[in-house]
Parts: sequence; structure tokens; C-alpha cells
Amino acid sequence: MAENVKPRVRVPKTAKAGEAVVIKTLISHPMESGQRKDKDGNLIPRQIINRFTCEFEGEMVLDATLEPAISTNPYVEFEAKVPASGSFKFTWYDDDGSVYETTEAITVS
Amino acid sequence: MQLTRRGALALGAGFAATMLLPFGAAQAAVDEALAAFTGGAAIGEGGITLTTPEIAENGNTVPVTVSAPGAVSIMLLAAGNPNPGVGTFNFGPLAASQSATTRIRLAGTQQVIAVAKMADGSFVRTANEVKVTIGGCGG
Repeated sequence: MAENVKPRVRVPKTAKAGEAVVIKTLISHPMESGQRKDKDGNLIPRQIINRFTCEFEGEMVLDATLEPAISTNPYVEFEAKVPASGSFKFTWYDDDGSVYETTEAITVS
Repeated sequence: MQLTRRGALALGAGFAATMLLPFGAAQAAVDEALAAFTGGAAIGEGGITLTTPEIAENGNTVPVTVSAPGAVSIMLLAAGNPNPGVGTFNFGPLAASQSATTRIRLAGTQQVIAVAKMADGSFVRTANEVKVTIGGCGG
């Protein structure tokens, strides 16, 4: 498990029903590409977040497959529409099998 | 050894072929990735927007935005990276717009390619050239 993995998500607190809201997500993760070498010339093994998903009350918003070409601390920004109050669930899948999750509530006025 | 005109020409052709070889290999990897995504279907143009900086000073974090209204999924490729795959975005029923922004690594100046699969099963693509000052794949 990579150290100091911390997801950060920005979701507006409130929205109108059906309105498009911008969601910004970032997770601190080294995204070791498997191409770099250490001081002794040995390849550093690949360790990346290979999948990121965002769901709203069980319905899929975005399901992204990430490859080593995604930068360190992978950042993803996208838009979602919210039919009613509820919470977004964000999930990141690490190469080593770890799963990082966070949720964020939104109120529809 | 005396260098004849014919010999010189052969040498030149051989040199040109070696220079083209790495490019050819990268192209093959891109074609393979495209074929895996489209299943061999023809790829059209238009209906997809890829926003990239013209010049990226740091190849480690290049901001990229891709948008294709009506797409179900969008694949990004970097033609000049050791592995051309960058990522695939699959949009669910609650996505307000078929667009996404992320930051990618680019090993050097190269083409960034975006291919979108539309809801009707057709494919469109676009490509942008990004000039990279410092490459971002370690080494």
C-alpha cells in the first residue's frame, strides 16, 4: 500500500435538480510508472491507481481506466447531474489491490 | 573499400530505414490500441474536442481536457510515450456532459490522440500536437 494516500474531492454543497455540477477529484499517489530506474539502475516496479469510479446513489457517473501515463496525484475533473439529494461515492483502485474510498453529500434545493 | 554510387545509395536507404524503425514501432502500438478500442471499426472526424497546451514546459503534468457530446466513452492516447495508453473515460447515465479533465505525462513532443465511442456505436477521433520542453517519463 502506497503511503500517505489521501483522496480530496470538491463537490458543491447544494445544487438545483438536474443541474450540471462540476466535480474535482485528486488523490495523492506516486503513480510509479514502471519506467523509472533507481540509483542502482534497477527498474522501480509499477504501482499506479488503475481505475477510478464515481457513483451517485449507486448510479454510475464516471468510470475511468488510468494508465501509467497519468500524472502523479491523479486529478480528474468532470460534470455530473444530480436528480435528488444524496451522496457521491468515489473509489480509487490501486495496483496492489488497495481500494480508497470517500463520499461527499450534496443537497438538492 | 571503394564506395560506389550504388553502395552509397544502399547505405543511405539502410540508414533511413533504421531512423524510421522506432517511429514505426510506436505507430504499431497506437494502431493496436485503437483497434482494441474500436474493434476495427472505421473512425470518423468531428464531434470531439481535445484541449491541450501548445507547449508544455513540464512533461510530467500536462493538463488535458477532452469533450465529446453524446459519447459513451473516450480513450486518450499519447503516440510518443513508451506505452501509448493514457486512460479511458466511460460515462454513466448521471454524467452531465461527456467531458473530463486530467493531467498526463508526456515523454516528449508528440501527438495526443482522443477517440470517442458514440452512443450509436460510431467512432470519432481528433489529435493535437504538444511540444514538450522537459520529458516526463523518468529514465
